[in-house]
Amino acid sequence: MVKEQGKGMKYEFWLAGLRLSSRKKCLLRQHMKTAENVYYIEETEISKLKFLTETEKNTIRQGQKGKDPGEAYEGMLGKGIQFVPFFTEEYPPRLLELHDFPYALYVKGNLPDPAARKAAIVGARRCTPYGEKYAVEFGRELAECGVEIISGLARGIDGMGQRGALLGGGRTFAVLGSGVDVCYPREHIGLYMDILNQGGGILSEFPPGTPPLPCNFPTRNRIISGLSDAVLIIEAREKSGSLITADLALEQGRDVYALPGPVNSELSIGCNRLIQQGAGVLLSPETLLREWQICFSASDAKEGKNKKMLETTENMVYSCLGLYPRDVDRIVEETKLSAPEVLNALVSLELKGYVREISKNHYVKVK
Amino acid sequence: MSFSTVVSGAVEGIRAGLVHVEADVSNGLPVFHMVGYLSSEVKEASERVRTAVRNSGFGFPAKRTVINLSPATMRKRGASFDLPIAAAILLSLGEIREDSMKGCLIIGELSLDGRVRKVPGILPIVMEAKEAGLTRCIVPVENAGEAALTEGIEIIGVRSLQETTDFLNGIGEIKPYKRKRAGTGKETAPEKDFSEVRGQENVRRAAELAVAGGHNLLLIGPPGSGKTLTARCIAGILPPLSEEESMEITKIYSVMGILDEKEPLIRQRPFRSVHHTATRAALIGGGLVPRPGEISLAHGGVLFLDELPEFRKGVLEVLRQPLEKRSIQITRTCGNFTFPADFMLVAAMNPCPCGCYPDMEKCTCTPAQIQAYIGKVSQAFLDRIDICAEASRICFEDLTGKAKAEDSETIRRRVCRAREQQAQRYGGKIRTNSMMEGEEIERYCELGAGGKKLMEAAFDVMKMSARSYHRVLKVARTIADLSGEEKIREEHLREAIGYRMIDKKYWGRQQGW
Repeated sequence: MVKEQGKGMKYEFWLAGLRLSSRKKCLLRQHMKTAENVYYIEETEISKLKFLTETEKNTIRQGQKGKDPGEAYEGMLGKGIQFVPFFTEEYPPRLLELHDFPYALYVKGNLPDPAARKAAIVGARRCTPYGEKYAVEFGRELAECGVEIISGLARGIDGMGQRGALLGGGRTFAVLGSGVDVCYPREHIGLYMDILNQGGGILSEFPPGTPPLPCNFPTRNRIISGLSDAVLIIEAREKSGSLITADLALEQGRDVYALPGPVNSELSIGCNRLIQQGAGVLLSPETLLREWQICFSASDAKEGKNKKMLETTENMVYSCLGLYPRDVDRIVEETKLSAPEVLNALVSLELKGYVREISKNHYVKVK
Repeated sequence: MSFSTVVSGAVEGIRAGLVHVEADVSNGLPVFHMVGYLSSEVKEASERVRTAVRNSGFGFPAKRTVINLSPATMRKRGASFDLPIAAAILLSLGEIREDSMKGCLIIGELSLDGRVRKVPGILPIVMEAKEAGLTRCIVPVENAGEAALTEGIEIIGVRSLQETTDFLNGIGEIKPYKRKRAGTGKETAPEKDFSEVRGQENVRRAAELAVAGGHNLLLIGPPGSGKTLTARCIAGILPPLSEEESMEITKIYSVMGILDEKEPLIRQRPFRSVHHTATRAALIGGGLVPRPGEISLAHGGVLFLDELPEFRKGVLEVLRQPLEKRSIQITRTCGNFTFPADFMLVAAMNPCPCGCYPDMEKCTCTPAQIQAYIGKVSQAFLDRIDICAEASRICFEDLTGKAKAEDSETIRRRVCRAREQQAQRYGGKIRTNSMMEGEEIERYCELGAGGKKLMEAAFDVMKMSARSYHRVLKVARTIADLSGEEKIREEHLREAIGYRMIDKKYWGRQQGW
């Protein structure tokens, strides 16, 4: 059975790789019974297919002319990439609920556990340290409670959320807008490897080798929300790709949560508006955990009234800092200390790990 | 007498050499020959000299006239040989008394009516003449002040060829030019005062530190935050020049011919602001026979590079060597030239193309754009910067309210005190903390137990390199000097760490993971 399926699989792989919508691919396969039959379809029969447009028919004709799909299929398997079409058992059941579910997934590493709770953490690529911090924190705390984190490996919030999940020792899954063997953005290669090493997976509906085309990203967003039980928007501008994900999530019947932010922060406008429109208010990871009735240990190291052993000047300076960067001059102004004193306090706080210098003489709180 | 010799001088690079101008007037075909490895502007002297001599009331005989400028190995350029050539011819013709030329150097350009015009490079030539044991220099009157900076040699400033011959023949008398006593001319007030810089405590402090220890400074900040203003104010807090330094700088300016006629001696440290379109040769010096560039004109003072990433990459890279060696060696086919270039570098730049990073609400740059922008300045160049500070966006209160900030004079007094301390400590071997190297750092930057522990922690947490570690120590030394302390304390170290140059790798990136 397996062997037989394996033989036919190269044709499935071929069919999945055609640039047709997944609905058309399903129709084709239904009509012809197997993908192999589609591959060997006669010209006379192609012209009879009423549900295809002329360009789509040409796509099939072009596809037939290509090399034997077996070679490419074997090559892909050799790279450790699995091919999971929609009719297999491994295919995530949640995705089948979508009206435009992907015809097949290409997977490096593992697929999410259907039994586990899954949360998507998405948001702006160019984010503030505030968003960065909470993306990591939510990722970590949810992962610690066994929630799997789904995101897009993008710069900013996406990557930070996944990094957080890894720090929490959990599994996280990245859905790419390129082939699974193409790491985009390139500087996230470390994250990409860590996700795989920690039992997570890289997923894509695009065949291996596909470059990260801009048009691929909105379609991959539907997979991110489709795979998840809830979508967490950490930071979003007024017009943001993350809001597309939120819309898709609502269409798919997923819960949408947004992290509230300052009303004057451009990067929180999108989130605040979502909340206004009725999205869940994301105040802490517990919000979600309680909803899902997942036990969590009463948080021990909560921020707030933590007694830090700081000197008076350090305390003064520390209290001026927040998650949005402040520069030395503003602190000098507020504390009425001299510039050397402030710098002294900042460096000493930095060495103790309480603050971070994110750009020359701009500091943010980390603890 | 048909043969005569007159001593003159020429400048090559910034070194001067004496040139003997020989003239021979004899019977034969009436020609005017000039030899001695001359450039075309020297050859043109024949026309100027002949006309000037005639227009000064002397007859120019229809005889064979040969002029030789020796040594023949040295390329002669410029118009400064006009007057000595004319004098040599008149000497051959017996129009000038033979003995009057003894121990005398003569230099100047002639105009057709016999007037003497000023020439560049007088100061090094006169100094060379004094070295060679000459006793009198006849120079254009506009150059007399400059020439008189050399003590122990008689300076005669002349207006015309006629006046020159009269003086030499003892007819007219010209009083030797008296050098103004040093320090009589008041230093002119700097164009910008630090009291104009509102707020910006951080940058003010960084500038003070940089000047006190001679450290290179980089100012980062959004457009309009006062980086350029701060840099200009730095000119006003530089310590005064010593006599020796002053002469050194004046010599360079003399060669470039840009000295002030009335106040030739440069008493203020130069502040050279270079536009980012500058070429390599303009910056370090160059030309067929190299002339000093901006870095040599900034010798002893400040070289200010605004909009650092806009400079063409190759241009910044050529600065690396002079920043270390404090001089620049230029090699051309005509020889090797070494120009002094001991300057303090002050640079300014935006943190990203739009200038708003790290304010992510305003910044519209992608990480790749920021990287590309920063990437225009090489790490090797940034490694040579000791102090880096951020100029913050100016808010309304800064502009309008509050009392005036501390003025330049007060800051300057502190800077001078710190410099004196350094001079005492190093005893002439080096001048400032920034010049310390391995052995000196070990000796003068000793840390206590607490300081060592602090630096160890900082080294790990901030991922410092060995180089940045040493830079932090040097800056800490300056901070200690400014507060008048012998030992480097922990707070000095912490402040120095706060001003360290951050590594490009961590710039514009989300950090931490």
